[in-house]
Amino acid sequence: MSERPEKSDKNETKFFTRRIPGVESKEPMVTPPSSAPDQSMLKKPKPVSGGPKKRMIAEGTFTKCPKCKETVFRKELEANLNVCRHCEHHFMLTAWDRVHLLVDEDSFEQMDADMSSVDVLEFPGYLSKLEANQQKTGMKDAVITGLGQMEHHRIALGVMDFSFNGGSMGSVVGEKLTRVIEKGTELGLPVIICSTSGGARMYEGMFSLMQMAKTCGALAYHGKRKLPFISLLTDPTMAGVMASFATVADLIIAEPGARIGFAGPRVIKDTTKADLPDGFQTAEFLQDRGLIDAIVPRKELKEQLAYYLDFMMAGHRSASKAG
Amino acid sequence: MKYYLEFEKPVAELQRKLEELKRHEETSSLAISFQEEIALIEKKIQETREQIFSNLNAHQRVQLARHPKRPYTLDYIHHIFSDFSELHGDRLFGDDRAMVGGFASLDDQKVMVVGTQKGRDTKENIMRNFGSAHPEGYRKALRLMKMADKFSLPIVAFIDTAGAYPGIGAEERHIAEAIAVNLREMMLLEVPVIAIVIGEGGSGGALGIGVADKVLILENAYYSVISPEGCAAILWKNQSAIPKAAESLRITADQLQSLKLVDDIIPEPLGGAQNDVDIVADSIKSTLKSTLSSLLSTSKEDLMKNRYSKFRSLGRFVEA
Ligand SMILES: [Zn+2]
Repeated sequence: MSERPEKSDKNETKFFTRRIPGVESKEPMVTPPSSAPDQSMLKKPKPVSGGPKKRMIAEGTFTKCPKCKETVFRKELEANLNVCRHCEHHFMLTAWDRVHLLVDEDSFEQMDADMSSVDVLEFPGYLSKLEANQQKTGMKDAVITGLGQMEHHRIALGVMDFSFNGGSMGSVVGEKLTRVIEKGTELGLPVIICSTSGGARMYEGMFSLMQMAKTCGALAYHGKRKLPFISLLTDPTMAGVMASFATVADLIIAEPGARIGFAGPRVIKDTTKADLPDGFQTAEFLQDRGLIDAIVPRKELKEQLAYYLDFMMAGHRSASKAG
Repeated sequence: MKYYLEFEKPVAELQRKLEELKRHEETSSLAISFQEEIALIEKKIQETREQIFSNLNAHQRVQLARHPKRPYTLDYIHHIFSDFSELHGDRLFGDDRAMVGGFASLDDQKVMVVGTQKGRDTKENIMRNFGSAHPEGYRKALRLMKMADKFSLPIVAFIDTAGAYPGIGAEERHIAEAIAVNLREMMLLEVPVIAIVIGEGGSGGALGIGVADKVLILENAYYSVISPEGCAAILWKNQSAIPKAAESLRITADQLQSLKLVDDIIPEPLGGAQNDVDIVADSIKSTLKSTLSSLLSTSKEDLMKNRYSKFRSLGRFVEA
């Protein structure tokens, strides 16, 4: 059974009210405290404006590429998988767009579509935050999981969405990912998780932190069956997600230019009082330093991931043929 | 010189008065006794302390957890174990002094101990990087834990860190990956693992050695996904919101226990662990011994299965 996202009114009118990708900066939520908290505080609280905070642009037909500053037409951008045709800058993708990019048409069976977060700590403002994010994105939470066909491989897939509360990981993200990993283990499938996240969701306190151990534990057992796990890091992937499932993969793949790291650059600057090196915390910087196996442009992503799986599943395939 | 926290000011004030009175009595040429007044102030001090410390809020506990005189990992190790011998290095890059580890004996039970270590003075803090480990620290801890696994030694992890270090070198050598690998590998250890939060349980940096069969916490320690300061800065852009952030995050020992995020609380003397290290170390030791003996009687298959289900069950959500 295939499932497609419900096209809500919100989605229909997205050309007119779209956030500018890359400008919504979320603080990573699994970082040590800044050594100079005073400097990170504003003197006065900002007045609360009505409605969810969004950075809108009035027009919707075209936008400016943040990298090359060229004006790009929305429709052209979307037809080009949200990649700037002038400079190859990779704009963010919604989770559903990425699911459709990666799995064969009509092959995706979504899991746990109705799972949603609860305000377990009665954290001030969390419920309204959740509601606003659900309205804005049409999603229940920050990840979509399910099984799908990627060329000739059946895969267990998890895809995060940054537009839902900065892709933060709370109980729902952790549970859905754990279930899809466990499903992969049970069915003998490779797992692919596409990350984009500011980190753990602080509104769920320690429950969020524990999702890191939970997802890594599920992957430990998946790995014990010698099944492949590929982690795709997309712009941006930080903090608690980086310090858990996103980096315990057989292959760590990144999209070009993606911002990737543990602590936020501002926290590092405040703590160390040092200038950050050029290209710090980008996919390219981290590939040079040995973390990332390959940087793969979005256009080649599906084909390349399937190619990797050809090798990683070769043993399983011959085993199942023999059996 | 006794160190007073901000919220201990009323006690400090009374203490100052008491000392003044005692001095006055000694130096006074008149043979007037102030014993009655002194006794009164001493009683008042005790009452005030009890009043303050039986009503601690989350932010006050965080301050106690960071108390400069609070016992650190090595203080407890030397009290609890009879023959600790430190082992160094991650075999990859260096020796991170913010993380310590080595063989130790818990009476006649041989174990492996790891833990984050803060410095007592400026010089030691520079060496220990204020207890915030680099990737090398997590990799050293994992090396020692895997060795413990190989030689069937139970593992005790002491947690006391504001968090993993947010620095350029830490990022260049993949601090996130170092922590994540520990989370995965600790889940597969075939020996009992006990983690104990003795001061600060700072987020991923704490969890990086915290995937344990039993997670213990001292009464005034805290364990949090983010520091109250960080949370207040992000959500309320205001330093005065730190107490509110500390409260909202549910990070104190009793709150964590009621949410089943920790297993057991080890009590501290009035005013905090720094007031009687011996008694706290003794409580930790007896809890470690009893916890360990029940874990040691569990088969390794069950041990691993239980550890996974323990973390697997953490999370609250609704379906439908
Ligand atoms: Zn461009």
